[in-house]
Amino acid sequence: MADTGYGRRKLINRTMLSLCAIAAGLSIIVLALILGYTLVQGISSLDIDFLMQAAKPMGEAGGGMRDEIFGTLILVTLGTLISLPVGLMAGIFVAEFAGPRIATAVQFSADILAGVPSIVVGVFAYAVLVRPMHSYSALSAGVALAVIMIPIVARTAEESLRLVPNFQREAALALGITRWRAIIGVIIPGALTGIVTGVMLGVARIAGETAPLIFTALGSQFGVQGLLKPIGALPLQIYRYAMSPDPDWHKQAWAAAFLLMLLVLGISILVRVVSRRRSI
Amino acid sequence: MLKNSSGFGRSGHLADKIFPRLTMVFALLIVVLLAGILIVLNIDAFPAIRKFWLSFLVSTSWDPVKEQFGALPAIYGTLLSSLLALVIAVPVSLGAAIFLSELSPRWLKGPASLLIELLAAIPSVIIGLWGLFVLVPVVRNPIESWLGSKLGFLPFFQGPPFGVGFLAAGIILAIMIIPIITALSRDALSAVPNQQREAMLALGATRWETIRRTVLPYCRSGLIGAMILGLGRALGETMAVTMVIGNGYKLTASLFSPGTTIASKIAAEFAEADSQLFIASLVELALVLFAVTLVVNVIARLLVWRLTAVKEARE
Repeated sequence: MADTGYGRRKLINRTMLSLCAIAAGLSIIVLALILGYTLVQGISSLDIDFLMQAAKPMGEAGGGMRDEIFGTLILVTLGTLISLPVGLMAGIFVAEFAGPRIATAVQFSADILAGVPSIVVGVFAYAVLVRPMHSYSALSAGVALAVIMIPIVARTAEESLRLVPNFQREAALALGITRWRAIIGVIIPGALTGIVTGVMLGVARIAGETAPLIFTALGSQFGVQGLLKPIGALPLQIYRYAMSPDPDWHKQAWAAAFLLMLLVLGISILVRVVSRRRSI
Repeated sequence: MLKNSSGFGRSGHLADKIFPRLTMVFALLIVVLLAGILIVLNIDAFPAIRKFWLSFLVSTSWDPVKEQFGALPAIYGTLLSSLLALVIAVPVSLGAAIFLSELSPRWLKGPASLLIELLAAIPSVIIGLWGLFVLVPVVRNPIESWLGSKLGFLPFFQGPPFGVGFLAAGIILAIMIIPIITALSRDALSAVPNQQREAMLALGATRWETIRRTVLPYCRSGLIGAMILGLGRALGETMAVTMVIGNGYKLTASLFSPGTTIASKIAAEFAEADSQLFIASLVELALVLFAVTLVVNVIARLLVWRLTAVKEARE
């Protein structure tokens, strides 16, 4: 490097550092483009009918996504109700009881499960629930979403339980209460913010999931008919409507995208404001 | 009285025995679930595995009427679109991560990180919607028509500019993995101890030389892990790709051509598949995808974990 001129080195330095700044700017511009376009298209397409009416057949003007909004709420609730106990208990086990080996095995499985493509989870749910029960169903979709959410809840619960200082455990046990009472009464409340954060991140994640719903929830023209029947969902309807040739449906897809974006990004921002932690 | 209120007594001790086991059952459920997915996919794919055996992986025909199923174009499309995404995403993510960790003023760090992470939170189907109506027209003209006229002698840039196809899918996938690779790379970079930087700067190196020769080599395994995790995500990404790749089923070097990935094939056809062999073939596709992402993710996790272990040991 001795023969390299100082001026040239400075120039390379400045060029490369600028490129890095441009790269960071580029990612943010892409976000702004997607957000901005969805916002503009969504707001112009969103009206009261969209929220209050059921879907109409193709070609007929009007109609809305009342049933799909309701369906998404049901599916997300179902996914959360199934994944919360599993994830929380698994997190408690790894943070409080497990030896190092089994803890690593569970953590590793959770990380790998989080990396399984969601479409594969959908095929799995189809194989274990839809086919044996001979019907597409809200239940099978809820289970598929729960499988996606479990690793998120488990890892965040475990991490936040570990952050509870040891003297709190010792203080609780020193009062003479049993270990499980200490966990339920002292340690979980201490980690509650983190646990709630994990659940919210999971909700944000599964609310937008589409791939596992295509052949579990299927979609429904008859509204919500119970957990063992097909059910519609917002992301599913966005996909269907976007791929259709009908411009009316395209507008509705944008309105739905706007609504979904509001929900998902709202939760994501809230989570970060509350806890300043990251999702990845 | 004291006994009851403090939770002593038989019931308390019994619960103390049961509770850890109960949590263990749920923890093991995660391991069982992972194994269960593998087993169930194998069982359901078995008719196709038995009928086609290895020809499934090398045949290029996908004919539900004649019941001939080969996965090669889908496998090829998955790899092509994901590699394309990596080629676009890696330089951008690395640059953005270097900016966030090394260059950014303190006040900008938080907001800039937040924005890039919000990009990761946008549902795939919305990115696909944007891709279909905004990106695809731009890809058709000017991007593809320009590439075709200037670089048309290369096999990658031949054929009519459709807009939908591998190129659009690659760009969309890049957008989706940039925030992931950026966030993980930034973590890897900020795990490099400051003495390393200070030593290099004290020797008279410029900031870029410090980054290039000290910081990047120091956390190489973490950076590679971040890229491989991004790759794993790209391989399995479904909705956005399905919406912009155009559902063609052939082997071609042209990036302008409509194509298929494993995930988009399953998404497009699973609900309509009628015969048992058809479904089994689609499940076998899912199995192939599962196996590939499993290997990729295990490698990536081991790399990332090694790095964080080093970091924790130091702290």
